[in-house]
Amino acid sequence: MIRLRDAVAVLGSFPALAGATLDVASGEIVLLRGPNGAGKTTLLRLCAGLLPIARGSGEVFGLDLATDRESIRPLVGLLGHQNGLYADLTVSDNVRFWGATIGATDDEIESAMARMGVDGRLRDVEVRRLSAGQKRRTALAGLVARRARLWLLDEPHAGLDAAGRDELDGTLRAAAAAGATILVASHELERASKLATRIVDVEAGQVRTASDGESEEGRA
Amino acid sequence: MSVWRIARLVAVKDLRIERRSRVITNQVAPFAGVTMVIFAFALDANSQILERVAPGLVWLATMFSLLLIVQRSFAVEADDGALDAMRVAGVDARGIYFGKLLGIGVQLLVLEVLLLFTAVILYGETVRAEGIVLLVTTLLSATCGLAAVGTLYGGLAAGFKGRETLLPLLTLPAVAPVMIGATRAVEAALGTADAAVADGWQWVSVLAVFAVVFGVGGALAFGPLIDE
Amino acid sequence: MTTLDAKPADSGTGGAGVGPGTRATRVLGILTVISMGWLVLFGLVISPADVNQGESVRFFYIHAPAIWVAYTSFIVTAIASGAYLFSKKHSLGWDRLAGASAEIGVVFVALTLITGALWGRLTWGVFWQWDARLTTTSLLFVTYIGYLAVRRLGGSHLQRAKRSAVIGLLSVLLIPLVHWSVVIWRSLHQEATVLDTDLDPDIDGIMFFSIIVGLIAFSFFYAWFLLHRTRVLAMEDLMDDRGLDAALAARRAEAASAPQRSEGEGA
Repeated sequence: MIRLRDAVAVLGSFPALAGATLDVASGEIVLLRGPNGAGKTTLLRLCAGLLPIARGSGEVFGLDLATDRESIRPLVGLLGHQNGLYADLTVSDNVRFWGATIGATDDEIESAMARMGVDGRLRDVEVRRLSAGQKRRTALAGLVARRARLWLLDEPHAGLDAAGRDELDGTLRAAAAAGATILVASHELERASKLATRIVDVEAGQVRTASDGESEEGRA
Repeated sequence: MSVWRIARLVAVKDLRIERRSRVITNQVAPFAGVTMVIFAFALDANSQILERVAPGLVWLATMFSLLLIVQRSFAVEADDGALDAMRVAGVDARGIYFGKLLGIGVQLLVLEVLLLFTAVILYGETVRAEGIVLLVTTLLSATCGLAAVGTLYGGLAAGFKGRETLLPLLTLPAVAPVMIGATRAVEAALGTADAAVADGWQWVSVLAVFAVVFGVGGALAFGPLIDE
Repeated sequence: MTTLDAKPADSGTGGAGVGPGTRATRVLGILTVISMGWLVLFGLVISPADVNQGESVRFFYIHAPAIWVAYTSFIVTAIASGAYLFSKKHSLGWDRLAGASAEIGVVFVALTLITGALWGRLTWGVFWQWDARLTTTSLLFVTYIGYLAVRRLGGSHLQRAKRSAVIGLLSVLLIPLVHWSVVIWRSLHQEATVLDTDLDPDIDGIMFFSIIVGLIAFSFFYAWFLLHRTRVLAMEDLMDDRGLDAALAARRAEAASAPQRSEGEGA
């Protein structure tokens, strides 16, 4: 699903990602672990097809990052530090909008909201009045409604309370069980490593990994 | 998803946001009204001069309001990273462009009508029956051109936090033809300085061509400009 | 990656060392100097004062060629922008050419405006006339200042190139639109012929020739400066690339010196 070989991505003139070699197979939940400034966010944005690949090579869904970035994007869902929601619109307006961008049916949109637990009494609440966790779930509902097969999540637990984090974990497990591949960057090491099938370390813009499904902690 | 469906989706979304937040109605419209009053201060409330320059002042106020409307339209996207999200969603950039353009254009049009009314009240302008068709056509074609330019450069400037000064720099010289044409056409429609209605139509063709050129050019350019 | 052969139609690198000069630019430089001298000769000495405008018509020998060269430079910018966007290779050389040409264009437009203002002042006592040429020129000036501002928005070279190319093409589209609307506008105001809205004096004979000399001189100057400037931009980009290499190396060293967690390389 994802194959990177020495990928470099720059922010301006700074090589935020200075050489990433990574393989992610379908159905995995991979935790990206590393300090702030390590390049996790850049890695996620690169895989989403948002950033151009400056050096090295990479493929997502078999599509080349150097030439086919635009085709990669619709297949991917990116939840960054921001939620991509419209604060003045309701939950249902927002999910509907994002679903409609790929022509999702009403049923699909409803089921997406239900899966994320934002239907019911939340559906007609303006996003600006939601809690951080509820906003996160609304954004994820949008991802589901868009039938994203690869989820790229940048610190999804940030700003959530304990209950919110538990909920999110449940959501992510269910999504993986339903066939999504998930790449999560997180500081919530304990929690996320329980969630993940594999842990990958990102340091100073570099990622060097084995491609088999073993937690790095578990290697000799 | 066809470009037009996306455009409609985006435009409806934008107008819905405006309906809820009322930023344009509560902030930009009063701002535009106040500028009309301040113009009178600058011209010493000389009613002859005011009546003579009223069309120009209306379009001046419109131009300033355009900048605010465009910035608001893209701030809505930038606030929570929605424009990025739209890029990731692989939404056709032309659809986003036309949708934004439509949303901005509708709001601008409403504002222009309000400003005309204000000019009638404050500057003693009169609208004559034989000029109505010209007036409406001018408003529509000028608005299209203004919205086309504004949306394009607004998208470019939106990506750069703190670079909102770029928007006026790029937009104002680009809308100069619209300023010239729309002012003359409205003068002809209203009969300011003895202009005849017939004189106005050549300006409408300038406005129409401008709108088409920038509408098409903008649609093509928008994608590359908002991309990284 | 940036190479020093930045301009696709580069006419030879004459082993000039670190400067951007080559045999081509030396030849152009000499031609420029000669033709500028020729212009001075014709413009200031040989051609006569105008019947109506007196000596101040001499400004025109700079004013007219300057605007012609400016238009040419913006068209070059547009062509180079198009070449960048629509060629397969997306060679950054086109982007640098576009940028250099626009920079020169802006300077020439400024020159046009200044000479126009001085000329107007001397001849008719006013610095500014809302005639078609001056008005269009002033809008052109600001438009391309905007273009240059877009070039400075930062980001990688490729990002800059794509953005600027798009804006370069749009800006050139604006020129005829602006020209059209301004010309119609000013033609509605046929003022009394004391201040002829068409400010051009009657040009014939030796005065016409002087303008041609001006055009030739400025064109050589443009070509010479364009080559130089494009190469300087290439060098700047090269420095940026080297900077990236250095930054990459530094960043990689960071990781190497940090405690190993991801590799079981044995310690």
